[in-house]
Amino acid sequence: MKKAKTIIKLKDVWKTYTMGENQVHALRGLDLEVQEGEFLSIMGPSGSGKSTAMNMIGCLDIPSKGQVYLEGTNIADLSESDLAQIRGQKIGFIFQKFNLINTLTAKENIMLPMIFQGYTEQERHDQAEKLLKLVDLGERMDHRPNELSGGQQQRVAIARALAVDPSVILADEPTGNLDSKTGGSVMDFLKKLHKEKGTTIVMVSHDQHVAKHADRMEFLRDGQIVKKIK
Amino acid sequence: MLSEYLRLATRSLTRRKLRSWLTMIGIFIGIAAVVSLISLGQGMQNAITEQFFQLGADKITVATKGVETGPPGSNNDVLLQESDLDVVRRANGITVATGRLVEPIRAEFNDKERFTYVATLPDDMDERTMVKEVANVMDEDIVQGRMLKAGDTWKMIVSEDYVNDPKFDGKNLVVGNKVRVNGQPVEVVGIFAKTGNPFVDMSFVMNEEPVRNLLDIPVKQGLILAQVEQGADMSRIVEIVEKDLRKHRNVDKGEEDFEVQTGEELLDTFRTVLGVVTAVLVGIAAISLLVGGIGIMNTMYTAVLERRKEIGILKAIGARNEDVLLLFLIESGLLGMLGGAIGILLGIAFSKLVEVSATASLGTTLIQAHFPWYLILGSLVFSFTVGALAGTYPAWQASKLQPVEALRQ
Ligand SMILES: Nc1ncnc2c1ncn2[C@@H]1O[C@H](COP(=O)(O)OP(=O)(O)OP(=O)(O)O)[C@@H](O)[C@H]1O
Ligand SMILES: [Mg+2]
Repeated sequence: MKKAKTIIKLKDVWKTYTMGENQVHALRGLDLEVQEGEFLSIMGPSGSGKSTAMNMIGCLDIPSKGQVYLEGTNIADLSESDLAQIRGQKIGFIFQKFNLINTLTAKENIMLPMIFQGYTEQERHDQAEKLLKLVDLGERMDHRPNELSGGQQQRVAIARALAVDPSVILADEPTGNLDSKTGGSVMDFLKKLHKEKGTTIVMVSHDQHVAKHADRMEFLRDGQIVKKIK
Repeated sequence: MLSEYLRLATRSLTRRKLRSWLTMIGIFIGIAAVVSLISLGQGMQNAITEQFFQLGADKITVATKGVETGPPGSNNDVLLQESDLDVVRRANGITVATGRLVEPIRAEFNDKERFTYVATLPDDMDERTMVKEVANVMDEDIVQGRMLKAGDTWKMIVSEDYVNDPKFDGKNLVVGNKVRVNGQPVEVVGIFAKTGNPFVDMSFVMNEEPVRNLLDIPVKQGLILAQVEQGADMSRIVEIVEKDLRKHRNVDKGEEDFEVQTGEELLDTFRTVLGVVTAVLVGIAAISLLVGGIGIMNTMYTAVLERRKEIGILKAIGARNEDVLLLFLIESGLLGMLGGAIGILLGIAFSKLVEVSATASLGTTLIQAHFPWYLILGSLVFSFTVGALAGTYPAWQASKLQPVEALRQ
């Protein structure tokens, strides 16, 4: 087995929100490493800081204190533009609420990240069609998100996350808004992706059954990792 | 890449049709106003400059003071008379002087009645030549029939306008036709080429004597036209003529009821009036454009607020700040330009309408709409700029949004 390489590393990360007089610490000194090729799930009760942690991992947010390293580079040293570029290239997001753009069709939604990476028109079309077939939505290419079921929308979102062949997929409760059957098929798909393409996956969930699918589980409580399972 | 942004921007505009339309109203009213003003103003300026006064630098005119609504010389409040003309004739430095009558008349032909003007030619040969020169109706301009001769009575010549653009219920005039002028049949003996001077082109040109008899105006003079000695100082001659006329008419300096002008001065007066009118209207248009710009800004600002989530998504999937900025700028610029395009069409339609209705109701072709390419292009560029500028601040705000904050709702 080859030596695992660390893709993302969070070191003593704090996130503090100031609400008037009060200070809310969403994260209090979080330490976490994500290895290349692993399937990690982060569990924890509501309000424990899972989404906040996920945003840190995905460079969508900057810590109040502490460091985030992306392939060894401290993201604090990167400009906003660089960060966006890296995000677009290396990280694919799957959100709990799908977050598709409603004015665009399924296919256009998938093509969108490729625009910012300078793919040619032809490449965008080919890739989007390939991905839509992969998530079993070949027949629904020109449908708008509001013409699709929740499960179908989440599959479009997955296809979008895969559009630029990212090395990491970040999924924040990908099945949170789905019934157990469609949720199950989304999980199967992620597992297949991990197995067949070796994509690194970080998934947030508060559901034990869903989280079980991962290789490794971290447990979050009050903004800190509390114990390791498995 | 840019074309892709253009598509995205168009998409989001068409998805919010009603709001896009409402936003554009401000812009298109402003642009429509500017376009119609400039095209009409330009048209009038052209008409006046190129066609109205081909007086030449060596001629002066004497007319009664006051606002003239019709052709020069048709003002009836104060009369210039034969004796005034004699004073001008005798003035130092004047070689030839003549009077021109331009009188409104009723014309009947083919059972159709029209109101137009009759313009006169004097009998004296020198005077006649001068008037023909100024009016641009020379012997070689006759395209059918013959020139009006001194001594012709119930005869007239008319411009090609009466042939090409039939004015009597679709019937054009030909040589030999008899038109009733205030009841008196007058024969068309010749047709002259369009002069470009709308007043001349719509007038019946007759000899002075019969017109005086027909309209019963024995001594009235319309516009006095005089040729100045070669090489003479124009302003000095004007002063002399003014002095002589003041004495003859018994008025004090500064209280003249007449006006002596050179061709240049006449032009300048017209230009000044037109300039003021245009400036005022352009001011109104500018205010309307400003309001339109604020409208766009407001719409884009709401769009940014409304679409925080969309901006968050764009950023999460790799859009840089400048990408978001560009997207929103294109969108607001497009909104402005689209408004501008509609404004241009409306403006063109409006000025054409003014042109057509002025021609039909006033019988004048003085008001001509002109649409130079730079007006069209300029308006498009301008409205795009207004839109983009108005969208700059909201777009900049959009681009600054933190992805996490944008995604939260
Ligand atoms: N923008 C914010 N302003 C103030 N407090 C915030 C903000 N974002 C998060 N928090 C607080 O930080 C804590 C962690 O929030 P977070 O969204 O990470 O929880 P979570 O584990 O994802 O919960 P859930 O399972 O319900 O999604 C919560 O107490 C929340 O109230
Ligand atoms: Mg959450």
